[in-house]
Amino acid sequence: MSLDTVKHAGETPDAAQPWAELGLKPDEYARIHEILGRRPTGAELAMYSVMWSEHCSYKSSKVHLRQFGEKAPENEALLVGIGENAGVVDVGQGYAVTFKVESHNHPSYIEPYQGAATGIGGIVRDILAMGARPVAVMDPLRFGAADHPDTKRVLPGVVAGIGGYGNCLGLPNIGGEVVFDACYQGNPLVNALCVGVMKHEDIHLAKASGAGNKVILYGARTGGDGIGGVSVLASETFDSTGPAKRPAVQVGDPFQEKLLIECTLEIFREDLVDGIQDLGGAGLSCATSELASAGSGGMRVELDTVPLRDSSLSPEEILMSESQERMCAVVEPGKVARFMEICEKWDVIATVIGEVTDGERLEIFWHGEQIVDVPPRTVAHEGPVYERPYARPEWQDALQADDAARLPRPATDDELREQVLKVVSSPNQASKSWITDQYDRFVQGNSVLTQPEDSGMVRIDENTNLGVAVATDGNGRYTKLDPYAGAQLALAESYRNVAATGARPLAISNCLNFGSPEDPAVMWQFAEATRGLADGCLELGTPVTGGNVSLYNQTGETAIHPTPVVAVLGVIDDVNRRTPMAFSEEGHLLYLLGDTKEELGGSAWSQVVHDHLGGLPPAVDLEREKLLAEILIAASRDGMVDAAHDLSDGGLIQALAESCLRGGKGARIVVPDGLDPFVFLFSESAGRAVVAVPRSEELRFGDMCGARGLPAARIGVVDGEVIDIQGHFELPLAELRAAHEATIPALLA
Amino acid sequence: MTARVGVITFPGTLDDRDTQRAVRIAGLEPVSLWHRDKDLKQVDAVILPGGFSYGDYLRAGAISRFSPVMEKVIEGAREGLPVLGICNGFQVLTESHLLPGAMLRNNHLHFICRDQKLRVENADTAWTSDYEAGQEISVPLKNIDGRYVADERTLDELEAEGRVAFRYLDGNPNGSLRDIAGITNAAGNVVGLMPHPEHAVEPLVGTGRTDGLGFFTSILKKLVNA
Repeated sequence: MSLDTVKHAGETPDAAQPWAELGLKPDEYARIHEILGRRPTGAELAMYSVMWSEHCSYKSSKVHLRQFGEKAPENEALLVGIGENAGVVDVGQGYAVTFKVESHNHPSYIEPYQGAATGIGGIVRDILAMGARPVAVMDPLRFGAADHPDTKRVLPGVVAGIGGYGNCLGLPNIGGEVVFDACYQGNPLVNALCVGVMKHEDIHLAKASGAGNKVILYGARTGGDGIGGVSVLASETFDSTGPAKRPAVQVGDPFQEKLLIECTLEIFREDLVDGIQDLGGAGLSCATSELASAGSGGMRVELDTVPLRDSSLSPEEILMSESQERMCAVVEPGKVARFMEICEKWDVIATVIGEVTDGERLEIFWHGEQIVDVPPRTVAHEGPVYERPYARPEWQDALQADDAARLPRPATDDELREQVLKVVSSPNQASKSWITDQYDRFVQGNSVLTQPEDSGMVRIDENTNLGVAVATDGNGRYTKLDPYAGAQLALAESYRNVAATGARPLAISNCLNFGSPEDPAVMWQFAEATRGLADGCLELGTPVTGGNVSLYNQTGETAIHPTPVVAVLGVIDDVNRRTPMAFSEEGHLLYLLGDTKEELGGSAWSQVVHDHLGGLPPAVDLEREKLLAEILIAASRDGMVDAAHDLSDGGLIQALAESCLRGGKGARIVVPDGLDPFVFLFSESAGRAVVAVPRSEELRFGDMCGARGLPAARIGVVDGEVIDIQGHFELPLAELRAAHEATIPALLA
Repeated sequence: MTARVGVITFPGTLDDRDTQRAVRIAGLEPVSLWHRDKDLKQVDAVILPGGFSYGDYLRAGAISRFSPVMEKVIEGAREGLPVLGICNGFQVLTESHLLPGAMLRNNHLHFICRDQKLRVENADTAWTSDYEAGQEISVPLKNIDGRYVADERTLDELEAEGRVAFRYLDGNPNGSLRDIAGITNAAGNVVGLMPHPEHAVEPLVGTGRTDGLGFFTSILKKLVNA
């Protein structure tokens, strides 16, 4: 087996290379030639192929994602924006919070447990690399039909993987979503979010500068797991006696990650690193090229010094391996000894693998022979950019014309009651506690609100009670009907959820899950959704801090519903002021805030009762969302409400059911004059919430809503053990609870 | 002058900082102990917190039991040093043979996290004197290897000697024999349980209850009044 050195590549310009098998297009391969002035070596080809992949380069999405920067609202809270491992937001009192949501969709379908587990591992390292202590995780999940046999394979594995990894890291899982829809049958969406906290001065960036500084790889040994394209390379370029093709899914070791977290935080405390980067997708190729590219440009790496789990790995494989639980740090020579001591304390293997040079090339050597000599920016930041064609699909008009208003509605109160029970016990609306009870929500002792509350909230300072809240939302059905509006509705719901708990929304992260960018219809959905999200963020004043794009979520010709998931981060000055969702005090008055219109397109009712998707999603009014949020935040701060719950899928009845069950109290509800009870209960008009107001605060609260111009209708009172829709039907809590809580265990346990 | 309570951190321990906070809230001074420590820094009591020490590899608690610090803990416990093992800490105590029995995987095979109702069966130990015998408390439970087992003779002995310290109420969450949630040694200085009292010490966080505070105030009274 001969080594394909830079010298050798220069001497053998016509050697055949497996660029097509590695997923490169002819023009991309030609461009590599042009950049290098020769053919790439095997190692260089491997690096370019993974770094220029859709996953790493965002080549199809980049032209659209630029709007998040171009339309970014002025926001002094944003300390680090898009482009780093994660964005960082100022939350006051000297604290900075970093958060990001990412996808691990494809691996989780192939191997649910490890796919989901390493999804958590990856996002946690991103947050750690910013200099923060990870303090919470959340998982927005989407699966195929709840009763499909394969869902019973995928979901329990994903949930066990999230629990098995996250629980071992000591990170409370404080929220997320679980959604079922047949469109995700072959493409479950496993998104993972992590939040981290640090002081402003602790922010770290991924850059390598200062010639002579050492590059240290620390954490797990490098193995042959997670090598995608490179196994192709190895078997094509070299003889077939090397290691067999490895599984493309990485295998996680949460214990190693926990050590890595504590070790890294101790290293930060002693201010020992200049730049730091985690190893995720594309492994060392990514870490070395990104560190060098973002820094002064020059780096020399002795690849044969990398500690291995399998000594037979080729240099290409080492460069591409996605073995988990590894980090790469740039350290001044004088601090290396102390760095190593801390790693030794935590039983973490650390190795100097190279150093920053004053050149502008990334140079990688294998036993003294040079195998990589590239300008790092061309690998990491100047990959190809595509202007993919996009076009509004011809079926969009017919879909929107198929109005949900035509669907038969319950004719009697008995039928209405029956449909209410059917909706609140449907898989999407039913209690998810069978799932979330497999996650540790208490560890770290700072969990103020956790699922199923509107947002997860953690305390970040024990003395001042400063806290942050995060919610994630997405609605693929709405987005299918209208991608621009659907993305804004996801944003609006997440924003509303944060405000409902009393926190002030500050910034967002997003995970954009779509089908194939090579399908113009999907690209149109993507273009519309990103435009909607960027416009929405501008209007709400919440900048995008970062996120992730997951494309190719489709089976054959059929794409998933376009599913932008939006995570909103908010801050609350005193977590004592938080507003929970539970109706817990009899006699509190229930107010419905916002306007209820007849909006049933994409609704839970249309799905559960009629298996229908058509028409238009609820109208978006972001000005109204801002006003509602201001009222909810003020009410929380001034103690005017005892409970608040956002209205979204399932409408008012879903919110009432959840808040009543949470508090163990019933409610007497009066349908307002002029409103059809069916529409009142099931409409999904946006910009609404239901709140419980103590009688002593009624006047003050009513005055505030009146003065600010927010419609607030008194619809009832917390009372008894029955949800009584007066004059229509009664639903005992015990019956409701049984229905709401039985569904998921019956399907999955 | 208050008492000093050591909180051990093994590699993979998760609830060490939470436990230190609970110790502090109760008015005690937490002292951080590292698994490689060869002495206990003159602490008056020791808590082994929850987590997945050594990744629970081999068997929960099986590797930690051989840590240098555990030699001193075992020595101290035999001489009367108050020792509390919570969750993974309880597993370490059974592996160390300071307490009898063992924990197996939950009978439903899932990790379970919930607010768990318990009955305090023995309020005469170093860690439970601030409770009443028979008192019902709720504290979070969160584990995957929480099913307490022991042979019949041991179980009968524990019952006869009043060494079942806590029992699960309102449904056995994991198949533990005789609904046992926690036990004590004969002297009452070593107590282990699967639920997490350190997560129930502040009304603001977790389940909003403070039912777990009694563990820490019990040891405070014992140490400061002693």
